[in-house]
Amino acid sequence: MPEPIIKTIDLHKHFGQVQALRGIELEVMPGQVVVIIGPSGSGKSTLLRCINHLEKPTHGHVYIDGVDLEDKKTKINAVRAEIGMVFQLFNLFPHLTALQNITLAQQVVRKRRDAEREQIARDLLARVGIPEKADVYPGQLSGGQQQRVAIARALAMNPKIMLFDEPTSALDPEMIKEVLDVMLDLAQTGMTMVCVTHEMGFARAAANRIIFMDEGLIIEDTTPTELYTNPRHERTKLFLSKILQH
Amino acid sequence: MSATKEAAIVRPEIRSRKTFSQQMRDFPWWGVLLVASILLAFVAMLQSEQYRDALRFIVNPENTTEIGAGILIKTGIRVTLLVTVVSYVMALILGLILGVMRVSKNPILYHLSTLYVEVMRGVPMLVLILWIGFVVVPGLRDATDGRFELSRVQGGIIGLALGYAAYLAETYRAGIESIHKGQMEAARSLGMSYFEAMRYVILPQAIRRVVPPLANDFVAMLKDSALVSVVAVPEILQSARLYVSRTFRAFEGYNSAALLYLILTLLFIFLVRYIEGRWHVDA
Repeated sequence: MPEPIIKTIDLHKHFGQVQALRGIELEVMPGQVVVIIGPSGSGKSTLLRCINHLEKPTHGHVYIDGVDLEDKKTKINAVRAEIGMVFQLFNLFPHLTALQNITLAQQVVRKRRDAEREQIARDLLARVGIPEKADVYPGQLSGGQQQRVAIARALAMNPKIMLFDEPTSALDPEMIKEVLDVMLDLAQTGMTMVCVTHEMGFARAAANRIIFMDEGLIIEDTTPTELYTNPRHERTKLFLSKILQH
Repeated sequence: MSATKEAAIVRPEIRSRKTFSQQMRDFPWWGVLLVASILLAFVAMLQSEQYRDALRFIVNPENTTEIGAGILIKTGIRVTLLVTVVSYVMALILGLILGVMRVSKNPILYHLSTLYVEVMRGVPMLVLILWIGFVVVPGLRDATDGRFELSRVQGGIIGLALGYAAYLAETYRAGIESIHKGQMEAARSLGMSYFEAMRYVILPQAIRRVVPPLANDFVAMLKDSALVSVVAVPEILQSARLYVSRTFRAFEGYNSAALLYLILTLLFIFLVRYIEGRWHVDA
């Protein structure tokens, strides 16, 4: 029986009076692609951000590969280097070119040599379909291209887990597909992925599991087909009817 | 939408052009006017025997060199530039350290730097320079039996640098805080430590953003360097005061000093505009 690569136990997160997470129990096995959906304010992003400790849980534990992130002895930077994260607003470094965005952490964190990190970066740019943009600054790239550079930047660290926080929400419609194609491709390589997204086509094509969250709790945890054809909870039905209407 | 696609459709003859009033707005007319006025004032001054005398004395108080190439080497202008540039570089470095401490989550670093900044900003620069010159420098000399004695110029430079570091720290802090928090999160999520993220991601962006206010502080410092004249450092203002006390020609002395300061700041401002134009990378 393989161990879960991500495990949370009774995870709570409060922001002042707001309870963003109210006891999340989640296990993700290596190679699984998990899609998290839910209404705005349901705690999806907070859960994702607790997994790489960008948010410190108020209560409970997160285990990555068996390592407790709440343990004071845990080297959080080393754990984070194994977890790639892709943000809604890309968060590329605007003062660096696309190539430099991808080589920086390889240099600072992985201590790779010049030639090696540049080769990795160029290979990744080719993989996400924009090899010709290596020397371009983020400000001159379209949103879809920026997000693909951001994915390449995260992949350059050879992460074991990739987290996606609404990666297509800030994109114009015609650019969503180019980003989803890269994510789909990544899912097929066996990468463990946790994606907060409302792209139902992607969920159907790539996800093993879909989780519906509401008010800081996991309401349903099932397969995409099961969720669409046979949602068990009223809240799930209501939410699906809203997002699938159009 | 991508600008290139739209540009391909637009016919070249109807591409947008700046209006006349925009062109007038963007041309540095103020600079032309100022340079012309300075030249006029300079020529007018040189017509007068008294002004020629005052200028000659201020740029060359010891009368050791002929006016000419020697002006920048052994004169009040040289001392002013030396004091300004050296204090500024020291303040840039100390201010950066303090600015980074000011945004730190570590309570010791935060409170120490805040204490420094608030005290230094609250004390007049003049008092600070007097205090360094007449208390700290002699105190150090006596405590070390004369083995460690700073010159008046060195004392003045340190006073200015310590005072300005507080202002520059606040400039850096504002720059750091203006960088979107997503930048720090992205860097941390890649496994960088807080200081690595600061060093490679936050500061390079923050410092570019604060070049204009840092340049503003340099100009302010160029003029505040006149304050070190109170500890008898022979810079431009001190030379002017010496001239006035010898000749009782106050207008000639101080006007000449003002003209020299104006020329120096103006040269620097044009230099900064040039650098800003070439270094403009925005988030």
